[in-house]
Amino acid sequence: MPTITLNKNVFEKLVGKKLPLNKLRDRISYLGTDLESIEGNNITVEIFPNRPDFLSEQGFARAFSSFIGIKTGLKEYKVDKSGEKVVIDKSVAKVRPFTACAIVKGLKFDDEKIKEIIQIQEKLHITYGRNRKKVAIGVYPFEKIKPPIKYMAKKPNEIKFRPLEFPKEITGQQILSQHPAGREYGSLLEGKEKFPVFIDDNDQILSMPPIINSHEVGKIMQGTKDVFIECSGFDFNVLSKCLNIIVCALSDMGGKVYSMNLEYPDGKYTTPDLKPEEMKVDLEYVNKILGLELEEPSLKRCLEKMGYGYKNKKVLVPAYRVDILHQIDLVEDIAIAYGYENFKEEIPHVATVGEESALGKFVNKISDILVGLELLETNTYHLMGREELNDKMCIDWSPIKLENAPVDYNCLRNWMIPSLMKVLEENRHHDYPQKIFEIGTVFKKDIKEETNVKEFERLAVLSSHSKVNYTEVKQILDYLMKGLDLDYEIDETEHDSFIPGRVGRVSVNGVEVAYMGEIHPKVLEKWGLDMPVSGFELNISELFRILNKK
Amino acid sequence: MDIKNLANTLHPLERKVIVVLDKFNSFDDILEETKLKDIEVMRALQWLANKELVKIDEEVKERVSLDKNGKFYVKEGGLPEKRFLKIINEKEKIKLSEVKFATLDKNEKNACLGILKKKAAISILKGGELSITAHGKRMLDKESPEEQFLKGDFPVEVGSLKDLDKLAYDNLKKRKSILKTEIVKLRTVTLTSLGRDLLKDLGDAGDVIDVLTPKMIKDGSWKKKQFRGYDIKINVPSVFGGKRHFVNQSIDYIKRIWLDLGFKEMEGNMVQSSFWDLDSLFVPQDHPAREMQDTFYLKNPKQGKLPSFFKKIKDVHENGGDTGSKGWQSVWSEERAKELLLRTHTTVLSAQTINKLKKEDLPAKFFSVGKVFRNETLDWKHLFEFYQVEGIVVDPDANLKNLKGYLREFFGKMGYPDVRMRPAHFPYTEPSVEVDVYHPVKKEWVEFGGAGIFRPEVTKPLIGVETPVLAWGLGMPRIISGYFKITDIRDLYKNDLKQMREMKAWIK
Repeated sequence: MPTITLNKNVFEKLVGKKLPLNKLRDRISYLGTDLESIEGNNITVEIFPNRPDFLSEQGFARAFSSFIGIKTGLKEYKVDKSGEKVVIDKSVAKVRPFTACAIVKGLKFDDEKIKEIIQIQEKLHITYGRNRKKVAIGVYPFEKIKPPIKYMAKKPNEIKFRPLEFPKEITGQQILSQHPAGREYGSLLEGKEKFPVFIDDNDQILSMPPIINSHEVGKIMQGTKDVFIECSGFDFNVLSKCLNIIVCALSDMGGKVYSMNLEYPDGKYTTPDLKPEEMKVDLEYVNKILGLELEEPSLKRCLEKMGYGYKNKKVLVPAYRVDILHQIDLVEDIAIAYGYENFKEEIPHVATVGEESALGKFVNKISDILVGLELLETNTYHLMGREELNDKMCIDWSPIKLENAPVDYNCLRNWMIPSLMKVLEENRHHDYPQKIFEIGTVFKKDIKEETNVKEFERLAVLSSHSKVNYTEVKQILDYLMKGLDLDYEIDETEHDSFIPGRVGRVSVNGVEVAYMGEIHPKVLEKWGLDMPVSGFELNISELFRILNKK
Repeated sequence: MDIKNLANTLHPLERKVIVVLDKFNSFDDILEETKLKDIEVMRALQWLANKELVKIDEEVKERVSLDKNGKFYVKEGGLPEKRFLKIINEKEKIKLSEVKFATLDKNEKNACLGILKKKAAISILKGGELSITAHGKRMLDKESPEEQFLKGDFPVEVGSLKDLDKLAYDNLKKRKSILKTEIVKLRTVTLTSLGRDLLKDLGDAGDVIDVLTPKMIKDGSWKKKQFRGYDIKINVPSVFGGKRHFVNQSIDYIKRIWLDLGFKEMEGNMVQSSFWDLDSLFVPQDHPAREMQDTFYLKNPKQGKLPSFFKKIKDVHENGGDTGSKGWQSVWSEERAKELLLRTHTTVLSAQTINKLKKEDLPAKFFSVGKVFRNETLDWKHLFEFYQVEGIVVDPDANLKNLKGYLREFFGKMGYPDVRMRPAHFPYTEPSVEVDVYHPVKKEWVEFGGAGIFRPEVTKPLIGVETPVLAWGLGMPRIISGYFKITDIRDLYKNDLKQMREMKAWIK
């Protein structure tokens, strides 16, 4: 999860109060963020993905100040009309169709402020912007730009400008291969016939989103006062929200926000819009979910602590909030304002009947029977390598493979014995006899299932010592089956993992449920075992089905 | 313990050994006298020493005995140079090649020649023939110190050799395989005064019962005898029975807690579609948790099928459907929802369970303890599969205080009486809660899992009505590793037989 680093002095000034360290620590974690560390002047806070508005020093301080009761209630942001426009050409429709823009004046950038704006931009890119895919943000010194601005798409080779921190002019295509940002984000434009660019009235290219700004007209420097901001992407609503988050932070930094007119082929829009949104809140609903008995004044107080306004039973939601989808989101904020630490635990007197899974109970019964025979239960992973499941067992059954796991565990096991062979392999240096068992899930393709995969519970028993043989494991199976009151038959069979003539197919009521026998020495050799092994593998799901039919 | 009782505790081996100790002191003698095995005498002596009945002194000595050639020469009647000289003595002069007898090989012949020349026992004539000297003739009549030494008793301590024997030893030592010297520990055993007293009173072994046999019980012969007392503090070899894996023992206990609280167990598959694992829980389709570095996806089969009501989920994502929510306001892809994965949380079982509920089933409570999968690189605090403890309470009257109540009850029974809630964020719960418990050993608050109340966007499409559902998903490794004193969580599933055999049981 993303973190932001706050300059303690700046933060305290923004909050309007200095808190002792332990109080600061405590309040930060009860606001709905996680304090990572306080080291010297740096406070590092982990921000949950639902609150991108916390990803700036200003945004976080704004919420914190309100939460500890310094500056509570809805903070109003004024937007003046700049009268400037951005013309969106229809050519961008296929590549990166939308933008939302604003101008913020009177900022007077210094090193600290440049650092802050870079942090906001970066953190929003990674999180809310999904690594620039969903939102890419550009910030430009407005003084160097001549409006109106055009947003259009051009052929990569016709785009030519000097990208940020690059020695010379290169084409759009070259940026993707030569500029570090081009190499990192180039995949977002891959295969596109045209790349999007912002161009001003002097035909200067401002940037090629979502990759890089121009070095000449797209770099904020010390002394820059006014900035042009654009967010580009695929969803106008998402871009507008992101723009709101940025301009509110810049306003808190001391800037004045101006709107721009966006001329889309299908109509005109104005951004940013910082008017709060109205949402109904039902006090009864709030109290029911939280188990509280709040009255309207405390409801109002709680909402104001979280930066909302409250008027005529309606909540005014600030324009920078992206996470308020439903009234329930207000309920959570009310709970945070009330204080999670203030909720008393309570178990209601509701009668419900507990019930263990029947298969789970059956599995436990079988395990108990086997433990009585001095077998040790193991607990192995469901993921294994194909080599272990197939090659080392001298068979060739295709297990289900994973798309993205390391080769030594990129298969779902399709039988249990290899899991236990692996245990024996890893315990060669320990005392014998080694008698182990495990009941575990195995996986097979089956198009009848909703997932196209069927899962079974299987029991494997293996015994390994110098005198182990078929008799010993048959005794175990006998004892188990007697305990389950089941009769079984054994037929001769062939199985490449077992010694020919010493392997049987076990069936109950005519249904094949197990293999049993002595493991073939060629298999033992592959596992590096020099002690004989005998065992069986029994289908527990099938046995359970048979028993329930009885 | 008085002497009588002490005598009574003597093991038959101790008895056999102690009775010879007033006459014999060396280990070899005791061995000979008792006719016991080496190891038996050793054990008996050790036990006697532990009871302070004997004192064992060890002395390191150099001991010499006859080696292969030495034994052979003794058997053949003397050193080869003597026989060599005898052969020469029979003729006036003789060629070297004519001197032969069995076992005299070329090297030995040269060695003999060297020795006899050095002692001036032979002379070599001009033609190369050998003839005996007067001194040589005298040598034939008397035994050399080496010969006398070889005739003595072996083994013998090097330290005890004197004068001529010592000289002979030094000479013979230089020759091949005649003598061998070894370093030995000589044990001398002496009775302590307690031991001597005990020996005086030691009755007949026949009056003491060592092993109670069925015959003695039948014929009552035990009645006239005494039982030998054991050293009941003795260390015995370990035995290891069969047992459940220690993690499974704790799972059983966790299950019992929820059963006692009236929860029903949920079951379900580990392979799931993204639809059930993520979409039905209102996780947006572009959420980072869906990415390949966090979640294991299946390669073949790659996709599953969607249940018939999938449109409801699609609507909730795109526009909130009938839940009163705005939804994520982005296009929802069926293809993405069909992708198969290994469940990333057991909350998927909760989603499937509430989907099967009818209004009349409420209130209802469910739990599960099951494996979940994360695309993590194995290290001391990360596993790619681990157990999660899941629970839901579907109750129209449930609230946030109840959530804390259930969690406190559970953790209290697990040995963590203090629980606190902090705000958190999960896409499918609102309010969302981070659950911390106070760790009595670490003496600090530790995060033990996530919890919350399912969002209406989850409950309405799945159940059909909007009702609070309290939910939690707790990582099991952290909860149980403290009890088993495990700090590297890979040790929970390393299946090391020694560790499993010796691990303490789950006693709660």
